[in-house]
Amino acid sequence: MSMNGSTPGSSSHGLSKRTVIALVQDRPGVLARVAGLFRRRGFNIASLVVGKSERQGFSRMTFEVEGDPSIVSHVARQLDKLIDVVEVTDVTDLDIVWREMALIKVAASAETRGEIMQLVEIFRAKIVDVGAEAIGIENTGDPDKIDSMIALLRPFGVKEVMRTGRVAMPRAALEEGGMDGFNVKSPESTLWVAQSTDTGSV
Amino acid sequence: MGNEGSELSGAQIVCESLIREGVDVVFGLPGGAILPLYGVLSQYPEIRHILVRHEQGGAHAADGYARSTGKVGVAFATSGPGATNLITGLATAMMDSAPVVAITGQVGRAAIGRDAFQETDITGATLPVTKHNYLVMRAADIAWTMREAFHIARTGRPGPVLVDIPKDVFQEMAEFNWPEEVDLPGYHPPGDGAIEDVKAAAKLIEEAERPVILAGHGVLISKAWDELREFAEKAEIPVITTLLGISSLPSKHRLNAGMPGMHGHAYASLALDEADLIIAAGARFDDRITGDTKRFALRSKKIHIDVDPAEIDKNVKANVAVIGDLKAVLNQLTPEISQNTHTEWVRRIEHLKAEHPSMKIRETDEMLGQHVVKTISDVTGGRGQMVTGVGLHQMWAAQFWQSAEPNNWHTSGGLGTMGFEVPAAMGVQVGNPDSVVWSVAGDGGFQMTMSELATIKENNLPVKFAILNNNMLGMITQWQDLFYDRGFYANAYTGNPDFVKLAEAFGIKGLRCTSQDDLEATVREAMEHDGPVVVDFVISAEENVYPMIPAGESIEQLIEEPA
Repeated sequence: MSMNGSTPGSSSHGLSKRTVIALVQDRPGVLARVAGLFRRRGFNIASLVVGKSERQGFSRMTFEVEGDPSIVSHVARQLDKLIDVVEVTDVTDLDIVWREMALIKVAASAETRGEIMQLVEIFRAKIVDVGAEAIGIENTGDPDKIDSMIALLRPFGVKEVMRTGRVAMPRAALEEGGMDGFNVKSPESTLWVAQSTDTGSV
Repeated sequence: MGNEGSELSGAQIVCESLIREGVDVVFGLPGGAILPLYGVLSQYPEIRHILVRHEQGGAHAADGYARSTGKVGVAFATSGPGATNLITGLATAMMDSAPVVAITGQVGRAAIGRDAFQETDITGATLPVTKHNYLVMRAADIAWTMREAFHIARTGRPGPVLVDIPKDVFQEMAEFNWPEEVDLPGYHPPGDGAIEDVKAAAKLIEEAERPVILAGHGVLISKAWDELREFAEKAEIPVITTLLGISSLPSKHRLNAGMPGMHGHAYASLALDEADLIIAAGARFDDRITGDTKRFALRSKKIHIDVDPAEIDKNVKANVAVIGDLKAVLNQLTPEISQNTHTEWVRRIEHLKAEHPSMKIRETDEMLGQHVVKTISDVTGGRGQMVTGVGLHQMWAAQFWQSAEPNNWHTSGGLGTMGFEVPAAMGVQVGNPDSVVWSVAGDGGFQMTMSELATIKENNLPVKFAILNNNMLGMITQWQDLFYDRGFYANAYTGNPDFVKLAEAFGIKGLRCTSQDDLEATVREAMEHDGPVVVDFVISAEENVYPMIPAGESIEQLIEEPA
């Protein structure tokens, strides 16, 4: 189930949606520092996911922002200057795997429950909670898929939606030394991509 | 050093850390939350504390000290208003990459977040104006935090770092251990440039017929003035200095081609425009230099050497970028280029200098700001230290200060902070006790921070203040004159103090000069006086600064003289 088939860089506003991943040290204030650099340019952070990384004491953030790619790329370089930020990559133009999870609470009576469960089946989602008048559904995947599912559930009465926003990861390299998203400068992007031992911090 | 491994209070650990970082002077003002630190300062006589009159003054003084010595300047302030008063000074240091460490007291840990008396979230407030900051919640964390703070402030692209310490953390006891190493996985300041980038830069230099070096503050920060000179002389490349790059090459050096930009020398702006290669060395293509970037220096390729990767392609696209410490990069680059001459190009710049004599002062009996700066420059021979505020006087000083020594020019370039001139000069004098320090001030900026005259008197710092007094905000007047249909408003002072009496009230020698005839004698009298002097130079109120390239325009809109 490949979820990176659509065009992640496109949007309807003439601006483009960029996905940026940052590896950060777990220190107080790091989120405010990162968010502050986007706020300074008047960017809206469309989604932001933070969680522990493979290294103890370090977290990985994935955020989606909408903006002029060259400005996003400059902000990414400024992010890399932050002392607590170890590595920043604009992965929009790279070959990435990305996922979003949604929890959806939808009204379900005895009559409609079967139909909803069919939809859940079709979307390869999961039922995570069942009550007398509603059921809770977990759907993981492409935001478009989640959007379609929510649209189809609307007639039944969508009561609550909670979405995580996108998490992304460059695909594993096909060959040794190949592009892994972290050590090469993407030809489409002017982004300064840090080497793992040499960040842009100054 | 002693005391390692002993149980000390947080306040003592701060002092032990300062000593290990080589700090011998601090500019500060106490208050409730930082009193525990002041309570132990007397145990550390090796740290000289200069009691300022306002925390902004403390921050600028630390900045001036830092710029002029290359060492980290340190400021102390208490929580709340003490800390917020630092912000302008920190922002000034941030914009001009000056290494400053500010230590602020914070309300006690239990009171944080409860709107306690004199509580401000100062780490939150200073996020965008510091290179980094810390809120230290345990005395055991103070030593490594101080170690990191100084390391971050002074290395790479230097900048201000704030360390906020709650009152009860100063009082808490902890074992003192000074860390030898810092562990900052996200911070690796560059050293040498990548060799392939250096070679690519050398190739462009070899090919160029009309190269110029645009020397910025980076030359002075990395103490690369000898390397710059060697590099420029080897291939006979003219050097244009940015506002903050003044004094990176002696002003009278034959390859020095002046300062470009909004109020720069016309010949420098023209040379930058005619060049076929611009080698930006520790300069960041500020908008006061480029004007409209779409029309800036279109004939040239650009080599951008900077320690900060985020500067590359920020304002002007680089054909070749070399990331590294400027001194190291110049040491790599100079051997890669051939001994060369650019006779025709240098002659062309000489011709531009002759055709566009930006340093010619119009014939007049009145005393102009230009006369004052030129006289100070002539009498000092461009030696000693020059500090300025922001405005007309700053631009005249930049045009007429004929620096003869490296790193002897200090001005608030990036933030453009009026009021910098008084406390920064104080810091410069503390850092350079044997130098003659001149501070060229405007009457506007001087009044913003003149309370530090008391500090200057108390510490007998022999700063010479030259107030270029036109009884107005001169740059505002010029802009209203040229761009707002002469709609003058809020530009003139009708009730300025008598600056001579003011100086005398502070116990400082005050002089007044109103005529060109007395200028040189007044400058000499000020310099001969053993102590601080304030000179009120009453200058013509009618004079604007030229040349001028209006904001957002290009060299085509250069105005060389008043219409």
